[in-house]
Amino acid sequence: MRRACRGNLPALAFLLGLLMLWQLGAMKVNASYILPTPVQILKKIWELRDSLLTVHLPATMSVTLIGLAVSLLLGLGLAVLMDLSPFWQKALYPVVVASQTIPTTTIAPLFVLWFGYGIWSKVLVTILITFFPITITVYDGLRSAKVEMEELLRTYGATQWQIYRKVKVPCALPYFFSAVKMAIPMSIIGAAIGEWLGAQSGLGYFSRRMMTQLDGAGVFAPIVLLSVTAMMAVGLVSLLEKRLIRWRGES
Amino acid sequence: MRILEFERVSYQYASEDFDIVDQLSFSVESGAFHCVIGISGCGKSTIFRMTNGLLQPKCGTIRVGGIPITQQKNYCGYMPQRDLLFPWRTIGENLALPLEIRGGFSGKEKTELVEEALADVGLAGCRDKMPQELSGGMRQRAAFARTMLTGSDLLLLDEPFSALDFLTRISMQEWLLEQWRRHKKTILFITHDVEEAVFLSSSVLVVEKTPIRSLREIPVPMGKTRTRQDLANPEIVALREGLVDMLRKQVGG
Repeated sequence: MRRACRGNLPALAFLLGLLMLWQLGAMKVNASYILPTPVQILKKIWELRDSLLTVHLPATMSVTLIGLAVSLLLGLGLAVLMDLSPFWQKALYPVVVASQTIPTTTIAPLFVLWFGYGIWSKVLVTILITFFPITITVYDGLRSAKVEMEELLRTYGATQWQIYRKVKVPCALPYFFSAVKMAIPMSIIGAAIGEWLGAQSGLGYFSRRMMTQLDGAGVFAPIVLLSVTAMMAVGLVSLLEKRLIRWRGES
Repeated sequence: MRILEFERVSYQYASEDFDIVDQLSFSVESGAFHCVIGISGCGKSTIFRMTNGLLQPKCGTIRVGGIPITQQKNYCGYMPQRDLLFPWRTIGENLALPLEIRGGFSGKEKTELVEEALADVGLAGCRDKMPQELSGGMRQRAAFARTMLTGSDLLLLDEPFSALDFLTRISMQEWLLEQWRRHKKTILFITHDVEEAVFLSSSVLVVEKTPIRSLREIPVPMGKTRTRQDLANPEIVALREGLVDMLRKQVGG
């Protein structure tokens, strides 16, 4: 634990330096409606803690979680399908890549028209942003399994399913964790974008409302909260990964 | 008793316009130790891969223990060139793999069999180590123990020592002979190292040319118990040189 802290010391010092620079610069500009100081932002978070933590954070988190869960199911499903069948690989891979060329932020207002101001238009934005890295990374993981290992099991008389469980899944697991760690921040961003475009609650929505009131600190407060949440979630997944995975890459 | 029989077996790779194995017939007596030698790319691995079922012959029949291999499972233990220990499994879990695939073993039975196999190859106490923690020779011994746990009487070893350094290799050869004497298995061993072939085999099977139509059997006049000093016998030296000549002729064209 202590070593981890010491390892992060340069980063923390650098961050502190940046924040101080920001504080000084913002004090000099003295226009808190466009550039609030970090201290003002922290104060704002504290003032608004009730509505931020009990209304808007849960709203954003539910969008994130539903979106992430659907993306995981979809991504894993597509990855396995592409790994199992060359036909589906050829059919799906280009489409999956092409889906990433859609500028999600510009098409998202349409989702609001189609699915209303409720949760599903935001979930869709999240899915569109996150299923891609999950699909591609897990597919690469499944591909990384060595043919020789599969063959060895086949000489033991293993079935296709046994080969999948004993070779493919363990090979793909480190990739899977990388995908989840990538997808968490992206899904939070997706949720916030969705809310920014049209919602009745959520941190993205809150940030936008503050924008219309020219409350600079109010715009930043939910953003800080989102970042902290994302960092904590990634940290949690990393911890889980360390417990579950005893190796990474070929020795 | 014949443990392995090839009857007019042919194989053709899709990328080639000839049968690399062409109407090949040969048989192996139970309890024998044969090395199969031939130059690189001559098709000796193809013979192995047909025997263990990874390749299907174009025609002909392969029998193990008198039964065509298409009608049985788990009839041979195959040990490939690289040890292929799964890096995410401990040594013990790696050894348990063939048992897991065969099924029907309780957790306790598996542990006992694995412990026994590890002690047998001189790796007692390594059960909870990861493969990365073991040296090259130890990894090969673990891989051999895993092959033994397939429970088959016929073992196919495909250049298992080729990646080891010289000293490790010769001690592994002595170790393998000792294992063979003790367990009374039938071993087929691919190598392109003539000295290794002579030291290990009761008789050497030479691939004289590609396409493979026959294997030339050359008996090695040494007992089952042998030491490296025996390799210096004039008779053995002559045999070795004869084999080298036979192979060099093919490389020269």
